Amino acid sequence: MSRLAVPKTYKLYIGGKFPRSESGRVYEVLGASGEFLANAAKASRKDARDAVVAARAAVSGWSKATGYNRGQVLYRIAELLEGRRAQFIEEITLAEGVSSSEAEAQVDEAIDRWIWYAGWADKYVQVAGNANAVSGPYFNISVPEPTGVVAIVAPQTSSLVGFVSAVAPALVAGNTVVVIASEALPLSAISLAEVLATSDVPGGVVNVLTGSPAEMAPWLASHADVNALDLVGAGELDWVQLQIDAAETLKRVFPPESGPDAATPSLARIVGFTETKTVWHTKSLI
Amino acid sequence: MTIDKVVSPASRATEVLGGELTESSLKRYLNGISGVDAVGLEARAADLGSRSIKTTSKAWALDRIISLIDLTTLEGADTPGKVRSLVAKGLTPDAADPTCPRVAAICVYGDMVPAAVEALGASHGLDEVSGGINVAAVATAFPSGRASLAVKLADTADAVAAGADEIDMVIDRGAFLSGRYGQVFDEIVAVKEACRRADGSYAHLKVILETGELNTYDNVRRASWLSILAGGDFIKTSTGKVAPAATLPVTLLMLEVVRDWNRLTGEKIGVKPAGGIRTSKDAIKYLVAVAETAGEEWLQPHLFRFGASSLLNDVLLQRQKLATGHYSGADYVTID
Amino acid sequence: MSFLEYAPAPESTALLNLQSEYGLFIDGEFRAGSDPTFSTISPATEKRIATIASASTADVDAAVAAARRAYDSTWSRLSGRDRAKYLFRIARLVQERARELAVAESLDNGKPIKESRDVDVPLVAAWFFYYAGWADKLDHAGLGPNPRALGVAAQVIPWNFPLLMLAWKIAPALAAGNTVVLKPAETTPLTALLFAEIVQQAGLPAGVVNIITGAGSTGRDLVNHPDVNKVAFTGSTSVGREIARSLAGTSKKLTLELGGKGANIVFDDAPIDEAVEGIVRGIFFNQGHVCCAGSRLLVQENIHDEVVDRLKERLSTLRVGDPLDKNTDVGAINSAEQLARISELSEIGEAEGASRWSPACDLPSEGFWFAPTLFTNVSTASRIARDEIFGPVLSILSFRTPAEAVAKANNTPYGLSAGIWSSKGSRVLAVADKLRAGVVWANTYNQFDPASPFGGYKESGYGREGGKQGLAAYLAPAGLPSRAAERASGAAEIDSGNAEQGEAAVVAGAGGTAGNADSAGTTDTAGTAATEGDLK
Repeated sequence: MSRLAVPKTYKLYIGGKFPRSESGRVYEVLGASGEFLANAAKASRKDARDAVVAARAAVSGWSKATGYNRGQVLYRIAELLEGRRAQFIEEITLAEGVSSSEAEAQVDEAIDRWIWYAGWADKYVQVAGNANAVSGPYFNISVPEPTGVVAIVAPQTSSLVGFVSAVAPALVAGNTVVVIASEALPLSAISLAEVLATSDVPGGVVNVLTGSPAEMAPWLASHADVNALDLVGAGELDWVQLQIDAAETLKRVFPPESGPDAATPSLARIVGFTETKTVWHTKSLI
Repeated sequence: MTIDKVVSPASRATEVLGGELTESSLKRYLNGISGVDAVGLEARAADLGSRSIKTTSKAWALDRIISLIDLTTLEGADTPGKVRSLVAKGLTPDAADPTCPRVAAICVYGDMVPAAVEALGASHGLDEVSGGINVAAVATAFPSGRASLAVKLADTADAVAAGADEIDMVIDRGAFLSGRYGQVFDEIVAVKEACRRADGSYAHLKVILETGELNTYDNVRRASWLSILAGGDFIKTSTGKVAPAATLPVTLLMLEVVRDWNRLTGEKIGVKPAGGIRTSKDAIKYLVAVAETAGEEWLQPHLFRFGASSLLNDVLLQRQKLATGHYSGADYVTID
Repeated sequence: MSFLEYAPAPESTALLNLQSEYGLFIDGEFRAGSDPTFSTISPATEKRIATIASASTADVDAAVAAARRAYDSTWSRLSGRDRAKYLFRIARLVQERARELAVAESLDNGKPIKESRDVDVPLVAAWFFYYAGWADKLDHAGLGPNPRALGVAAQVIPWNFPLLMLAWKIAPALAAGNTVVLKPAETTPLTALLFAEIVQQAGLPAGVVNIITGAGSTGRDLVNHPDVNKVAFTGSTSVGREIARSLAGTSKKLTLELGGKGANIVFDDAPIDEAVEGIVRGIFFNQGHVCCAGSRLLVQENIHDEVVDRLKERLSTLRVGDPLDKNTDVGAINSAEQLARISELSEIGEAEGASRWSPACDLPSEGFWFAPTLFTNVSTASRIARDEIFGPVLSILSFRTPAEAVAKANNTPYGLSAGIWSSKGSRVLAVADKLRAGVVWANTYNQFDPASPFGGYKESGYGREGGKQGLAAYLAPAGLPSRAAERASGAAEIDSGNAEQGEAAVVAGAGGTAGNADSAGTTDTAGTAATEGDLK
């Protein structure tokens, strides 16, 4: 007699906890061939609001951590992902209908990208910052700093690589994120959240919402306590309106990208959500 | 010039320090004084130096500069003849213009005091005689100050006995830089006492910090407070024998101290930049700094002096230019 | 007499050779505008200086078209070395005509001649000199090899530092290889028009620099023009917000330098005399018409009274009056409109219970004047503690601990500038770290340098001006690694404004350096390319 399987409940990830949507709503996540895979939480604007609160609370600690420390924490995630490759390969195979070798390649890519970004945490300041030779007796230095809370609409056509490619660079600099997962492919995102929850990433640094990007994105775009908006996966939404909403508080915005190169790893993705701070200090002995 | 009220420096310092006067309480007090940001101080000095002083203000300034000069000769080669010549120049700076004011004082080495007093004759005494001139003597083993206290005190008393109205003493920079503030304090107090005349009045005491050797603005500020606490009537930048001598930022800093002292105690202390001020243009910058920092009332010989020699002739040339509308030449002013 | 009164020392206006009427500078020539003209006046006397043309929508079209032609036919084909030489020429011409420019600036803007002479105009020359040297070194700007210019830059600048803001905009744009259409502020067009003469003198190809004058609608037409690739704006947050909205969905690269409410934090171990000077420089420099002004003074409670006393004493020596007098410290308010705003906010400050103080000073009867003003007993909720006043008005608040100082300093939607006064190095660095502001001055204030990036956090805008970051704001990476590179290289050949597709590809591949992304987000394609190999 075969064993009765234990299906997994996919919930939201907010402030290091896994709540259901406050609205009580769920939606059916279907596989590539239309079969039922799971119920995912259908987050509401209030969940988005709670996620921003959690992300804001986490900014101070995460941004204050040393680059070396953040690099290690991010690397640790890659280690954990490596140990759970099988789970992700299975989820991607079911969700995207790809072969297991293709799914495997995707998981490998996601892990490698995570490692690539982890390595930047203690280096991007050196590359993007600089000492400035001003014409006066002043010490003058420019350094990039995290911009704060970043809201992300993750790429919609990718389960894991797209999600990682959007989230990891924002974390490197010390931002915290509220990310709306792919609406159709949310399961890997939640599984990744489970990895994050057991890693050393402090609660609130990454907050994952599942559900309708079209419903939630406007609330995040117009939220005054969100500093930046990554619309990489918002190409199918009314993203121009989201940009207009974001302009109200002068948020930094990344435009939508499409295709396999969406959110290609780049230093620009890290530095784009930083602010350059220039510090002057007088310099003279007598 | 004499001091009307005699307050014991030690009791005054005790009052300001708010406790017992000891080496360590003095050190604590001086180290607790707000620091100086060099860049900001120099920027402020440059800003004051960029004031544009024209026409009537300039005419007033030039005359005022002359009346604030301690006309100085401090050479090993000084003779009574040289001093007499200097006195004559101080009394009649511009032979062609009787309206030209006289300088404030003639500043010489102690052994030249009798020559200066004699040359001044009836014109001796800034306060005693209208149009009078004081005699200032450098003392305390000027310029290095490296002699025993006994010698320094004898040097001082000798000059005062010879008729010096003002004593320009040097502080012991070695003691100051090694943190022996109490020693510097005591020495100033002792020299002040040596300025006492038989009739109980005091010769005016200018305390030379030798800012070029103190090196940092923080030191200059502390030394200024220390000198005032110890009873100095004036604080003076330099001996003129060490470079850099007077600079505008250093003088501005000392003016800030006397302003703050005035705010604290109501007393007015004088400031004397000395050495390196050679042109009217530079001297006017100092007047601006005085007026905008300590206040305009400081622009009088009891509260501000220039220690200078060649400055006088440049001011005279500028005066002639203002009077005639033409540029003058070096042959139209006298060599003292 | 009082020596402190100082006899008048007026700067001569004899060397100014102004026209009575100025046209629009389009395609290398002055031409009449299509809309009704307006007058620019001296805010110190309210007297007319010159009649200024107003650019219509058609004029804006003509200016953008001229810039596009110049970009396609000459400027984008010129070597970086030659672009550099043109910019060096401009720098030298500015130096040669420095006195004239300073007088014109003070006349038109109302700022004291000693500031236009010693700060504005020297910095203008420095800005061109600095960026001139970049023109043939773009490979080192942080975008990888062979970065490309964006095309036509639309630039709209404010009235507080008219010529300096022009330099901040035009110098990096031209160095990077863009052509520009610049609109100066309505109340201060004069020096931009004199600059147009300098452009002619320098022999710059026609259309590389176009200067169009007019009101807000002209600026709106300009930034919304479809053939513009880059928009750079300095001004109020409300207009910046409007521009960000109107550019949503376009591929125009945008940098915004907006308002501020800078906190100037004075700790009890500050070098006190220099701090007082810095407070004065922070808020009364340029009549407080400075976006990064230290308009909120945060003083540690135990020295609050002493600092206020010293400040009052110092303010009493400030000389308010004729901008052209070399001894003037505080000049005229730029316009009647601005004066009304400053007056209104000050009255609100009083009504909200803050104590107002100004030194005794005789203000001229003609012109727009506002005495230097302090407010004590200001609560954090007060409008004068939150709104940008943009005038010589200082709001003084106190704090007890460094943590409270940081919290109060950051408690604003703005994030442009801040000051720290303390003799303790570790405290300075720790506080500087925690301040959410793009420029932090420690033991100094309101210092500017072409090598030093300047720009804000939060609602103070995005992008940086100055330094290599300021250059990157006018550049895009040449190409991209992997598949995107093929598309991008196709786009680079089109390189005109219609390369919508190519631009989009570049935007996407570069992680969104276009659009609203912070221009500080320079791309290191070299680094990316190298790692791409490892990833794929």
